Amino acid sequence: MGNGTKLGRVRGLGSAKHGGKHWLDQRLTAVGNLLLTTWLVLSLLWLPNFDYETVAAWLAQPSVAVPMILMLANIFWHVRLGLQVLIEDYVHDEGNKFATLTLLNFYVIGGAAFGIFMVAKHAFTGAPA
Amino acid sequence: MAQNPNRPISPHLQIYRWGPHMAVSIFHRATGFVMATAGMLTLLWWLASIAGGPESYATFQSYVVSGGEEATGMQVAINWFFRLLALGVTYSFFQHMFSGIRHLLMDLGAGYELKTVRTWSIAVYIAALTATALVAMLVAARFMGA
Repeated sequence: MGNGTKLGRVRGLGSAKHGGKHWLDQRLTAVGNLLLTTWLVLSLLWLPNFDYETVAAWLAQPSVAVPMILMLANIFWHVRLGLQVLIEDYVHDEGNKFATLTLLNFYVIGGAAFGIFMVAKHAFTGAPA
Repeated sequence: MAQNPNRPISPHLQIYRWGPHMAVSIFHRATGFVMATAGMLTLLWWLASIAGGPESYATFQSYVVSGGEEATGMQVAINWFFRLLALGVTYSFFQHMFSGIRHLLMDLGAGYELKTVRTWSIAVYIAALTATALVAMLVAARFMGA
């Protein structure tokens, strides 16, 4: 093991043993997204119109609110994994990379929490009688 | 750790010869980015507007769908911005979905022969454009009275 180049310092150490989980999570959330977004598209196209009463009653049903919440969690998880790879590929400066990945975490966790809260609030309180 | 600028780096977009197989990979990233940002922010806005009640939903519609009869020039411009965005996100959705299915199949170890890779890449574009056109026509016919 040398201590000159970056490659020389890591050669022979093996992988960090985390890449496999990232790869598999990306595939599992991809399959989840495939099912959940297909549901969303078909469910939306099924609606007679997009008036407030129609959409509000639709979203308040447990059979819609629950998959919507699952979809938000699943999509933002997938976004976290996917944009992480984009950042790692294109942002080379260590400081900027750390900052961008931190912002990504804020965005996906904040976005998921906001969306899930809105769906839950609507389903619990906003359902028209 | 700063990179030594003299060291060779992986060739980038301007170096590769464009072909369906490499373009499908770049499109997968680009469409994923579009949906992760513009697509998800609009989805969150829509959900929040439903939770906010009829008035907030009407505000969302006046920006994203239509400002109505007495819409100002600015509102019409914003409407068209969101309509084009919706078209872009719809295309991104199908492109990313079909390209993703292709990735899942390749993860199984199938379809690595050069001709097969090329055929499947082209099939992804055709499927994505067809699905986008179908949804656009369906939405136009059912919800915009066109």
